[in-house]
Formats: sequence, C-alpha cells, structure tokens
Amino acid sequence: MAQPFRLSRGGRIDRSRPVRFTFNGRTVEGFHGDSVASALLANGIHLVGRSFKYHRPRGILSHGPDEPSALLSVDRGPGRIDPNNRASVVEARDGLKTLSQNHWPSLEHDIGAVNDLLSPVFVAGFYYKTFMWPRKFWDKVYEPFIRAAAGLGKAPSVPDPDRYANRHAHCDVLVVGAGPAGLSAALAAARTGKRVILADEGPEPGGALLHDVTAEIDGRPAAEWLSATLAELDSRETVILLPRTTAFGYYNHNHVALAERITDHLPNPGTAPRERLWQVRAEQVVLAGGSHERPLVFADNDRPGILLAESVRVFINRYGVAPGRRIVFATSGASAYAAALDAKAAGLHVTLVDLRTESECGPELARLKATGAEVLTGHTVIGAKGTKRVTGLIVAPVDRAGRCGARRLLPCDCVGMSGGWTPAVHLFSQSRGKLAYDETIDAFRPGTSVQAERSAGASRGTYDLAGCLQEGFAAGAAAARSEERRNFTASPTLTGFRPVRAMPTDVDPGKVRAFVDFQNDVTAKDITLAVREGFHSIEHVKRYTTTGMATDQGKTSNMNALGIVAGQLDKTLPGVGTTTFRPPYTPVTFGALVGPARHALFDPIRTTPIHEWAEEHGALFENVALWRRAWYFPKSGEDLHEAVARECEAVRKGVGIFDASTLGKIEVVGPDAAEFMNRIYINPWLKLDVGRCRYGLMLKEDGYILDDGVVARIAPDCFHVTTTTGGAPRVLAHMEDYLQTEWPDLRVFLTSTTEQWAVIALQGPKAREVIAPLVDGIDLSPEAFPHMAMRQGTICGVPTRLFRVSFTGELGFEINVPSDHARAVWEAVWKAGQAHGITPYGTETMHVLRAEKGYIIIGQETDGTVTPDDVGLSGMIAKAKKDFVGKRSLARPDVVASGRKQLVGLVTDDPKVVLDEGAQIVDDPGQPIPMRMLGHVTSSYWSPNCGRSIAMALVADGRARQGRSLHVTTPEGFARVTVVDPVFFDPKGERIHA
Amino acid sequence: MLEALYRTARALPLGRAPASDPACSGVQITPAGAEARFALRIRDAGASAAGLPLDGPINSVRGDDRRWIARLGPDEWLIGSDEAEADQLPAAIAADLGERAHAIVDVSHRNVGIDVSGPLAAAVLNAGCPLDLGDAAFPAGSATRTLFGKAEIVLIRHDGATPRYRVECWRSFATYVHGLLAEASLGVGETARR
Amino acid sequence: MLLIACPYCGNRPETEFRCGGQAHIARPADPGALSDAQWAEYLFIRDNPRGIHAERWNHVHGCGRWFNARRDTVSDRFLATYKMGETPQSQESNSILSTSTQAEARA
Repeated sequence: MAQPFRLSRGGRIDRSRPVRFTFNGRTVEGFHGDSVASALLANGIHLVGRSFKYHRPRGILSHGPDEPSALLSVDRGPGRIDPNNRASVVEARDGLKTLSQNHWPSLEHDIGAVNDLLSPVFVAGFYYKTFMWPRKFWDKVYEPFIRAAAGLGKAPSVPDPDRYANRHAHCDVLVVGAGPAGLSAALAAARTGKRVILADEGPEPGGALLHDVTAEIDGRPAAEWLSATLAELDSRETVILLPRTTAFGYYNHNHVALAERITDHLPNPGTAPRERLWQVRAEQVVLAGGSHERPLVFADNDRPGILLAESVRVFINRYGVAPGRRIVFATSGASAYAAALDAKAAGLHVTLVDLRTESECGPELARLKATGAEVLTGHTVIGAKGTKRVTGLIVAPVDRAGRCGARRLLPCDCVGMSGGWTPAVHLFSQSRGKLAYDETIDAFRPGTSVQAERSAGASRGTYDLAGCLQEGFAAGAAAARSEERRNFTASPTLTGFRPVRAMPTDVDPGKVRAFVDFQNDVTAKDITLAVREGFHSIEHVKRYTTTGMATDQGKTSNMNALGIVAGQLDKTLPGVGTTTFRPPYTPVTFGALVGPARHALFDPIRTTPIHEWAEEHGALFENVALWRRAWYFPKSGEDLHEAVARECEAVRKGVGIFDASTLGKIEVVGPDAAEFMNRIYINPWLKLDVGRCRYGLMLKEDGYILDDGVVARIAPDCFHVTTTTGGAPRVLAHMEDYLQTEWPDLRVFLTSTTEQWAVIALQGPKAREVIAPLVDGIDLSPEAFPHMAMRQGTICGVPTRLFRVSFTGELGFEINVPSDHARAVWEAVWKAGQAHGITPYGTETMHVLRAEKGYIIIGQETDGTVTPDDVGLSGMIAKAKKDFVGKRSLARPDVVASGRKQLVGLVTDDPKVVLDEGAQIVDDPGQPIPMRMLGHVTSSYWSPNCGRSIAMALVADGRARQGRSLHVTTPEGFARVTVVDPVFFDPKGERIHA
Repeated sequence: MLEALYRTARALPLGRAPASDPACSGVQITPAGAEARFALRIRDAGASAAGLPLDGPINSVRGDDRRWIARLGPDEWLIGSDEAEADQLPAAIAADLGERAHAIVDVSHRNVGIDVSGPLAAAVLNAGCPLDLGDAAFPAGSATRTLFGKAEIVLIRHDGATPRYRVECWRSFATYVHGLLAEASLGVGETARR
Repeated sequence: MLLIACPYCGNRPETEFRCGGQAHIARPADPGALSDAQWAEYLFIRDNPRGIHAERWNHVHGCGRWFNARRDTVSDRFLATYKMGETPQSQESNSILSTSTQAEARA
C-alpha cells in the first residue's frame, strides 16, 4: 500500500503531483512539497541510518536544518553524489536516489553495530586513552584503523559536473529567515522603498506559519496573512525574496554569505547553476532565524520513531503525514501540547507525559484534557523500548527531589519529545555579538551587538506569535530608519518550559545510554565522565567528548550538554559559558564556495600575442606567475634536452627568436623622472643619454635585491623601465609607494605598459642581418647603434622601440611593438630569418644561455636575502649617490660581515653530472652529521656550448674559495665540484658587441 | 608592409567576435573593436584639454561611446577614442596642458574592451565585481577601476535606456574576463523560486 | 571581508585594497646619519597593538592611492580613514557606518 501513513487531508503538499524516488533501492512515493523525510515517514520508514560511533539504528529526529541523525547520501546522477544530506531538508522529487550511510552489509543488518555492545569500551576520550601506546603502533595499526572508521558517508569520486554561480549584492536591509518575524521585518523595511533581501532556507517562506494551522493574525487565518504579505513583497521591485537560501556566514562589516540552492529540487535543471553563493553587503541586518527544540535526555532516546514534538506537529500539519498512529508526547513545557492537540485533531491516539506538575502548567493542560487525551503530569521518562523502531515508553511519576514511583509502559509507535527551546543565535554570535543568558527562557539570547544588526522573534527568545510579528516589524522598520511601528493581534502561543538536563531516572545514570549529541553519539554519561576526569572548561569538554562538534554544530544538543556540565560543576549556565559558533550555519557545498572558479576560470591564464604562433609551432609551455610562456620548441622525437641543445646552438651560431613580451614595463614620465630613478635604483641615472639603456638593480629598504631589468631613456623626462616577468606588479607597487608616500614632491607619473608592448627578442650573430630589411628610420650599424642603445623607428611599418640588448651574451635586439601588431611582425621576422636558419627558442634555452654568461635571475640567484655584493654586482652602485632605497642597509653589521653567501660558479669533476637546483653544499663530506652547510646550488644546466654541466651557487665566502673543491649532495651521494667564476662562456664579452 | 594598415589591422585578442548572448539570457556580451586609449596623469588638471573635461569627479566618465574620458583617481584619467583620432589626440592634449607636468601614455594595445548590456547586465557583472552597481550607487556616467573575479578591470557605465557597461581589462586578461562574463550569463536569471 | 572607506572613492570592499602596515613611519631624511640601532628601529620595529592601530592602505584596484586609517584590531572597526599628509579629524569620525558611500564620494 502506498503511503500508509499519509493523512487523508491537510498539509501543504500537492496531492495532484505525485513524486517517486528511491531509498536504498526501494521506490518511495510522495507528493510534490514533501521533504525526503516526510515522504519516508508517509511510507512508514523510520529506520534511515546508523549512527557515527556505535552504529545504532537511527531515524528522523527533526523536520528542519537541525536534523542530526537522518543523514542520507543523495544521488542525482553521475558525478552528482552528495553525502550527509539531512533528509528533513532535501526536497522529494522524481528520479532522486537516496541511500543510508554508515553500515555494512546493510542498514537492517550492520556488522558495525557490535560497537554498540562494546560501548562500555568506547567512553569519552576513548581514542586519547587507547591509542597512546605502544608508540610504534601509531603508524602501522592505530592510524590506518582510525582512518578507516572515520568519516560519515562516501566522498564523491568524479568531478562535479554542475555549474555554480556567484553574486555580489548590496541592500539596505537583509532579513534572514522568513517566518512571522522575518516576514514582518521585510514588510516594514520594504514599505520604506529601501532595498531588501529576504532569505529563507526552506522551499516556501512562512516558517512556523506553514504548520501552525490554527493560528490567526489580526483576526484572519495566519495562512491568509502569509499569502497577502508574500504578495506585497513580490509586488515590490526593491525586494529580492530568496527561498531555498541559507545565510550561513556572518562576516566583517555586515558581509553575509548566503547559499541559494537553485536546481536540486528540479528533475530537469537544464543549464541553470545548481547553487549560487550570494555575498551580500547589507547596511543593516535583521536576524529572524527562529529557534531549535531540545530533545529530552533519557535512556535510548535515539530510537527511530522518537522525534521532536514540534517536528511531529510539522509532519502532521505541513506534510499531512502521521509519524505514528499511537503517539506519546514527552515534555517539560507547553509547546508540545500544541503538537498533541493537532495530533489529536488528526485522529491519532495521543498520550502526553509532562515532567511538570499540574500547578506548573498553563492553559494548555485543560485544553488537551478536554480532548479526552490522557495527560500524565509530574512524570519522568525512564527509557524507550524497541530497537529499530520505538515500541513503547517507560514512564514513572517523579517528585521534585527526583524520586521515581512505579514504572508504567506506554505502548506507542512514535514519541514526540520536547525539552524546551533554544534561540538560533548562530549568526548573531558569528557577527561577534555578545550573548546574554536569560534565566526566564533558560537560554542565551543576543546581547550586545557589534555590527549593524538586530534580532527579532524566536531567535531573540520571543516565542509568541504576536510578539514575533511586532518585534519583526519594529526591527525591519528600525533597520530601514523608519519610525513606523505596528501592533499585531494573534492567537496566543503556548510557551514556557521547565529546564531539564537529563530526565530523572530510577536506575544508575552511569549505566544508561541517554544521548545528548545524536550525530556524534555523545551520551550524558560521557559528559559526566569528562567533568569527573577534570575537564571543567566547556571548550575542553566539547573537544574531549566531541559533543557539538558534528556538522550540526550541536543545534539540538548544546544546551543539554551545557546544562549537564553546569550541574556537575554546581555552576550556573552563564558561569560555564558557551562555545563559539562558527560559519557555516549548516553545511555548504564546496561547489558553492568555489563558484565559477574552475578549469580555465580558476585563475586568469595570461598569454602573449605570440602564444598561438608558439602553439602552432609545437611549443610546450611553462607557468611563470600567471603567464604561460613557451618553454621549448621540440622537433618531432626530441626531448627537452635535445631541443634545448639545438636551440642553444642555434642562438650562438646563427639566430634565435624568443617571445619576451611578458617582461614587465613601466613608463616613468615627468620632469623629476631621472631623480626618481636615481632614488629607486642603485645605479646612477641623471647622466644617461637619451637613446641609451642601462641595466638597473633595485633594492628594498632592507638592502636586499628586489628586481632588475634594462631601462632605456626615451626622452629627458621619460624612461622605459623593464622588470622581471613575475616582478612587474611588485615593482610598480614599490615605486608608487615611494612616490606617493615618501616623495610626493617629485613630479613623476608611472604607467604600466607591460601589455602595450610585445617584445620579440632576436639573438645571435645573424640578428642584424635578419631585421635589416624590415627596419626603417634606424641606422643599425654597430657604430650608430651600439650595444645598450635604444632607437625608435618602424619595423614592417609598425612603430617600434628597438633595443639593442642581450640576455644571451650574443648580438641581440629586443623589438618592442604594440601588442596587436606583434604576431604580424613576428611572422615577418620569422620569414626573413629563414635564410639564416632562424630558430624559435623558449624559456629553458633562455635560462641556459644566460647561465653560461653568469647573468642572474631574480628569484633564482636571489631569494629576498641577497645583496648586490652577494651576487658580485656591487660595482653597479653609484658611489656618488648620497642615498637610494636600500643604501643605508648595505652598511648594516650583518651585511658587511664576512661569511656571507656569495655567487660563484661550480663545475663538477664529472662533466656529465648535472647538479640539482637547491642541492646543499658542504666542505667536507666526511664530517659528522649534522653537517655544516655552506650554501646551495641556485642554477644548474647542461651547457651545450660549453660541452659540460654548469652551475651557479651561493656559497659562504664563495669568492675566496675560487679553485677549491666542495661537495654537493645528489641523490646518489656527494658530487665533488670546483668553485669557479660564474661566467662560463665568452668571459671577455666580445660577442655581444659584434 | 603593415604601414598602411597600422591603425586598422590590429589582431585583437578576442578577435572581432559578434555580439553574443550565450543562453538567451538577455545580456549581450560584445568584444569591442580596435580603439585608441591613453592614460593621462596630471595633478593640477584644470578644466579640460583637447575638449576633454578634466574637472569631473573621481569615478565618473564624460563623453560618448566614440570619445570618452574616465577619471579613475585624483590625478589619473583613462581616455578612449576612435582610432582615427588617435594620432592627433596626445599632441592636442599636450598642447592644451602646456607647461604643466603630465604624462600621456598610449595604452591602446594594453587595454581590451568588452561591452556588456541588457537588463541583467549588472547581475552578470556582479558575479565577479564586488561593487554596488545599483542605480543610486553606480548610475550612468560612473567609471571606476575595480575587480572582476581575479582580474583588475575598469568598469564604465554609459548612458542608455537599458543598462550599458564597458569592461576594460588588460590584454592578457581578456580571455579570462570574457570567459567569466559568458559563464556568469548562463542562468543569471535563474533563481531558486520555481 | 572588510568594508574600507577610501578617502577618494568611498566605501569599497577589502579585496580592492592592500594593507601596507603601520602608518606614520617617515623614511629618515638622511639615513646615512643614523646609527645601526636607529636604522634597525626604523626598518624593523613595528607596533602590534590590541586596539587602535594606525595603518597604511593602498586602494590598489581602485584609484591607486595610498592613504592612512585608524582601525581597532580587536573589532576590525575603522575609526577613520584619511589622505596621506592629513591628520584624522577626530577619533570617532568617519566610522565605516557613517562615512560616505560610493555614490556620495563621487557626487
């Protein structure tokens, strides 16, 4: 029979739209509007999972986001398997596959349930106590065992095929929660014309109004008020109403993160994003997130069929489902009576057990008794019967001293329990607001605000409907800076409860399994034991017992745990304090956090105008900062070393073409440009002639090398600065900082031209012959255009800043052309070079060629602790300059001290051995461990032009060690090397002037 | 030789793609054609130069689609113009500024423009741009440097009956910015309310 | 994410900014005249208060300007932001909730 526990009428489900999904392979029928939990209950399915630690049978505790037990794996198709979904918030829809978790071989018969029998062993702190020794067991035995047992549900194994969106939004008033308080707040704020965002985690706004079917507002049924309010909010363009949207994080300065679930409830989502992360910046926030009901703590209170009382009411009224036919409500407060009244009205058998005495009860008692239901006041719950489904509740009369009378078994198939209510202060607490304990409601409620927010309704401890509406309206109006206030009349709400930590019992409380934290399987006994063992701080108890540390963050358990600790320590609740609430309020998918930042959109991949040409010519690429640079151009069959050897030889003997477009470029312009350059760089700049270049080195104020690059003087008041590829943003920021904050008197302007100019480097003895026919307006002869000069003219008709510079030691040019023309010019040069055997080369060859010449690379020979003298460049320092950035630091005691690491060349005894970059260097490999490290290899290559390996290294007192032997670590042991000058090729530098 | 074609034969990184509306979302994403742009820096700007107003507030744009000037900071402007004007404009500006220290740097090839328009244009931009793009905070005539995802952009809002924005980014970020715009337009109108 | 009132642009999100550490530490006019200890003090020694801290911020992905701010390191509240060379008007002025918005700054 389909849906045997579906009530014949009632509920907000659409009975004309049946849905079918599966649970552990079995088809479950429900209706549109059902949650997975309500559909399971409609089919009489209570056993939906096994608990985390003891593998105890678990059912559905709640109807909402606080559900700790009914955690299902949801399968929406290939790649769309998502573990640990709360059955209470997953909407039932066609085609969904749901699976229970944490059992083997099946939910009904679970081997792991043996843990439950062994529970006396698994006490609080079990892991800390058990896995301490023997120490050597940790790696091989304990850790693998713990890892296998840990975790709940299975992580997905294939990439997530869904799309996730991101949206930044601003509003005047953000309202969290669309229950009576939130709706009322949104209404008040919206009427001022301000921009309002109203977010609610449920599929349908309304909160408690969706199941409080007998409530009236201003003399009308609450449902009418609800639809009128929604219609009004809908009609306003300034209101964004977001259902299925959880505000999960409250960050600085009213930055609130919301997760909107767009398609999970749709059988055919199309191309729509699955979820959208809203990053809302709100002028004002109204928190109206409601409250959570507390379970009662008694033996075996976790049996399937035992629900929270209000949840029983929700399943009956909102979903038209009877969680049982014979229901016992167990409570210490008034609200459960409302559930009992509604259950009775639905034709179910109802008994109510109240811990309170008759005199403690309010009007609720008479109302329920009038229905003919049996009410047992002054009774405690001793325990539950049944294993995979509750079959009865053992109750007994109890006096104020906790003495129990004769037991009585109440047969039942469902229990609705209520231990009172806890305001959902999570977001308030995340906003750094200070909580204040309120004895009248036995709970912490929002105290002092730190950000521009206010709470309203149940999240503030106001539980009656009229109060929620009034408070919400006032909060919404105040948030929108309006004076308007409204009075609401509403049917009275049954409120008030007697705080109870663990139910009084007639057995040894140390022997029963009364659960406090259902998700992490923490019992009252565990918490008591922790306190007895000396854990008195609530933060320590939490970590030792893991109570409140599951993904539900203790929504149902924190106050009970706190109360038990306080009782043990004989302290008040505020004396014990609370633990810290942290985002996310409920679990958020990684997809929502990542958004569109995946694959090509993970990071910008910066490419040059020559990139496609390089791709077409078989280049392999490497990442340099965000850039993708051509690494080498293998011909068919070549590996890296063969290709690089060929490219290196081509440059030295003929001509090579290289894409240097990624070099940073800054146009430094203004009457004081030369003075500015003088202060930023260690070199002198005032006398550099227009049309000439200089290799510049700049330091940070601490004297260490920041960056380097060739600079050309374009005009007396204009310099074309180049930086390293990775250093471009850093250098511009460094220059701007000094210009704006230290020398605002200097009339200098900086403009990044990195991407305005593409740079085609042409290097090798034939370089001049190749470009000669293409260049106009520039005399290329060595006399007219010497090394380190810059000329402006045209190449292929395109304006160019032509640099005669070299990072290879060969005759070379760097052709700067506007980027959109670079490919055309490149191809023209390529064509002209064919007669000369022009060869494209990549960054690897560039590195080898410069290393042969002993040229440093920032970040390779330098690491932020290297001075100009360390790399042998102290000669560049302009001695006449009184000051420049970093100059004073070059006289610091540790910089002038002997023993600093200096740049040297290393050649291995065996010319075939190529050292590892980063390898450590020692003097005597026979010394005892730990050895004294002298330095490390900074660059190391096979040099085709030298016919052997070459390396550069930073070695303590390196220059004084020239000609001496040292030893370098290799995977095979130590390699003996000789310290040499770091220039390996053409030491006199004649080729460059060709 | 490219001489004759110098100002017209530019190989733009996004090509000359036609306007695209990836999922009929009501948002048009159109890479701009070859345009000229200049970075102007001056401290004591005065009222105007070469007919371009320099006295607008920071984060505003003046002019029309063919010739605009956006003030990005107290002493910084970004100027956009037709290619046809590009060769004369810097000299004309320099002439008007006279002795006042300034810098005009050609950044035509550094910048890439993408036009984003349509009723949901702001929502698409807000997928990556953290600014308030509401009519009160960012009306037509606004212009600012900001972020779009992980890329820096200049965002300009032109006049128009339907919202029209220009996104300017550096050349090598254009693929990323265009890709993120296209991705953001997919399902931008979809909400959880159905 | 902090909301920071750039003195030129109004309130902008933190991601557009870069923090430059403690403010009001002027580079010595003649570093060569300083002893090693004095230079080390300038170079390395910074306050790390629990409470109000004057710090430098750069609106790097906005107007590009450096400016100064007074921030409470406990609450992250900005008490004031002000241009380089200016002094904060008063300790409580320019709090982030009362300062100019993007639109007001432009107007």
